[in-house]
Amino acid sequence: MQKFVIRHSMTSLLPPFDFERMILAPWTTALDTYGWMTLMAFLVTATCGLIGNYLILRRMALVGDAISHSVLPGLAVAYLVSGQLTLPAMIAGAVGAGLLTTFLIEFLHTRSRIKADAAIGITFCSLFAFGVVLINLFASKIHLDAECVLYGELSYLPSEPMVAILGHDLAPQPVLVMSCVAILVSLLVIFFYKELLLTSFDALLAGSQGFRPGLVHLLLMGVLSVVIVAAFESVGAILVIAMLILPGATSQLLSTRLPVCLWLSLLHALLSAIGGLHLSLILGCSMAACVVVAGAVLFGSAWLYTVIVNALHKKAALSAPVEA
Amino acid sequence: MTTLCHAQRSRAGRLSLLSSLLYPLPSLLYLLSSSTAHAARIGDLTETTVSEQALRFFTFSDPSLRLALIGCILLGLNCGLLGGFIVVRRMSLVGDTLSHAVLPGVALGFLWNMTKDPVAILIGATLVGGLSMLTINAITRTTRLKEDAAMGLVLSSFYAVGVCLIGMIQKLPTGNKSGIDKFLFGQAAALNGGDIALLAVTAVITLLFVTLGYRGLLTLSFHRAFGATLGVPVNLLHHAMMLLTAFAVVTAMQAVGVVLVSAMLIIPAATACLITDRMHRVLLWSALIGMGTAALGAFFSFLGNNLPTGPFMVLAGAVLFAAAFLFSPQQGWLTRLWRQRSQRERIERENMLKAMYHLAERREFREEGISLLELAEQRREPLETERLNASKLVHQGLATLSDDATMLHFTPEGWRKACAVVRNHRLWELYLTNVMQYGADHVHDDAEKIEHVLGEDTVRQLERRLDFPQTDPHGKPIPGARDVHGAARTRPNETTGYTR
Repeated sequence: MQKFVIRHSMTSLLPPFDFERMILAPWTTALDTYGWMTLMAFLVTATCGLIGNYLILRRMALVGDAISHSVLPGLAVAYLVSGQLTLPAMIAGAVGAGLLTTFLIEFLHTRSRIKADAAIGITFCSLFAFGVVLINLFASKIHLDAECVLYGELSYLPSEPMVAILGHDLAPQPVLVMSCVAILVSLLVIFFYKELLLTSFDALLAGSQGFRPGLVHLLLMGVLSVVIVAAFESVGAILVIAMLILPGATSQLLSTRLPVCLWLSLLHALLSAIGGLHLSLILGCSMAACVVVAGAVLFGSAWLYTVIVNALHKKAALSAPVEA
Repeated sequence: MTTLCHAQRSRAGRLSLLSSLLYPLPSLLYLLSSSTAHAARIGDLTETTVSEQALRFFTFSDPSLRLALIGCILLGLNCGLLGGFIVVRRMSLVGDTLSHAVLPGVALGFLWNMTKDPVAILIGATLVGGLSMLTINAITRTTRLKEDAAMGLVLSSFYAVGVCLIGMIQKLPTGNKSGIDKFLFGQAAALNGGDIALLAVTAVITLLFVTLGYRGLLTLSFHRAFGATLGVPVNLLHHAMMLLTAFAVVTAMQAVGVVLVSAMLIIPAATACLITDRMHRVLLWSALIGMGTAALGAFFSFLGNNLPTGPFMVLAGAVLFAAAFLFSPQQGWLTRLWRQRSQRERIERENMLKAMYHLAERREFREEGISLLELAEQRREPLETERLNASKLVHQGLATLSDDATMLHFTPEGWRKACAVVRNHRLWELYLTNVMQYGADHVHDDAEKIEHVLGEDTVRQLERRLDFPQTDPHGKPIPGARDVHGAARTRPNETTGYTR
């Protein structure tokens, strides 16, 4: 009986494989549905990946984790204050919450014996809990879906109203917003390349050259909050951490040059978006999670590659004849 | 000898820890055993008012509420005890990583026979949790990536796999009613007897582990290498602790939720660290705060008709933490600010009194009043500042101000204080020149600082050491202990009546 249940559940877990529907259709007949979803997934992963590269270099990966959680109360408060979630309110709430988080973490661990790791945990858990409580207490006023916070949802995209410019339907609104954020982030990375590079690798030197590392840090946190809030509905609070870290981590395994890393993380974003689309069709589950799984598989391959290459190098070094 | 004392003390600490942790157990048993009348599940009655709900909560008339409450208290105990070690070992974010990363394990445990079987879920989640820790280890060992990146990466990737699995389960015909979604924000009302039994077993194991292995855990937490040289099995203890942490996280997840369960590890323990210093007291406080916040979370969730429990627990914990952070007697931020401020004010007062003493001394104590103008000159400060300081002295009862507000007079209390400061200063100067062989022109600045903190005992010791001197290195007389304590005035100054 037990075995039967298991076999039964295992077979019905996966929908039957259908090459036509799962591999071909998204690029041909159903392009206007899946195209937007894939584009959105790519934009989110690419934008997060660009910022994530700097987060990893600055060893602030877990601050990204913290901010991604605390954007939730920011959104809830923005909802309560402004009545409905307009774009400016959303961004104001998110940036406010992001800066509050960085400030609180700093404050807790410099003003008491609490260490930085505990300060991060306390801050984001409390803020996140506050957000969830707000959403539950004012459920009639705040139209945030708890499920979406945890899982993210990309499939609503095709049903979003199109934004028309000059009489042409351009793109669904979330996609448009995300592309604006993506362009903003790329421009910032291009224009402030030197500042970001120097402050990430050697904040002291940057300070002595007059670059204001503190300001760069705050700006980075602000931009990070904007990116997270733009991606929030699509991928949720927790999966966005993966989008932040996976591309950068993968590319930093493969290269030691920052420009190469940035390009590689864009490539990683593209591959994981496409892989995620097909994976979600094959497994029949949430696309946002599948994009992350695809990204994790890419990371795993890169990791395996570096481990093998390192092992070969070591072997070659060991077997090489010692020069006299 | 000292080690022996230490061992005895720590054994006593361990015993008191054990006994005080056992106190809540009888009341828990009482809760379990009392009446089992059928009543609605927590918050099913939506018609009730807040006060009625509160009454129902405190009379424990609701069996499912009793279960939920017992579960919450047990998980608070578990998480509080382990959290103490986690926080002092700076591994707070490990709890966070574990709680997210075990999600696929929960889903797999659920898939085992398609019901919410707590044991299967515990096994699945523990295995996956262990796997996630191994992956983090492997990533940091074999690549350039730092631990934070590795943790974030593993946390979110495992979580994504879990979300995929849960999505697939919910598509199944049986999966939808499974209540697996309760794992995400937590619902204490969804705890059933099996969950409680599991929580209780985990709590007992944790209690035994912490009390029996207390000394080993102590060395592991504060000096792992030293523990290893002593022959303490630190690696074994570390892995056992991680395993128990995984147990605590997984069993608590049902009530607190995946995202917030790490907070139950961190917040009570961090609060305890702000309240007290010794590790066994930290553990005790941490367990108590954990149980308290968990019960509060259950209470508020009950008041609000089935609101998720986890966020309320965390908020209750956050409020307690904030209170400890601001007002804790030793560590509180505001208490320390206040202490610093009163210290600063005392030093300011003493400097003012000292300046008055110097002026009086320059006139060889012939005049009673010290004019504010001269005082301002002596201290090189604006007259306004001196007026302010003078009014503070008057307020403290250390001096009186003449009617036209130009002259200051010592009160007997003020005179004693001034003598004490000058005495400290001059004795210290003498000590530095005579005993420590400083040059006479190098001692003043040092004495300026130390005069405010020398205690009575130290001053007497100095005096003995210097053989009860009468004058300081600059030839000025040192006020004696009698001046300071205002006993018999042996050498009254004929003009002022004050002793010198």
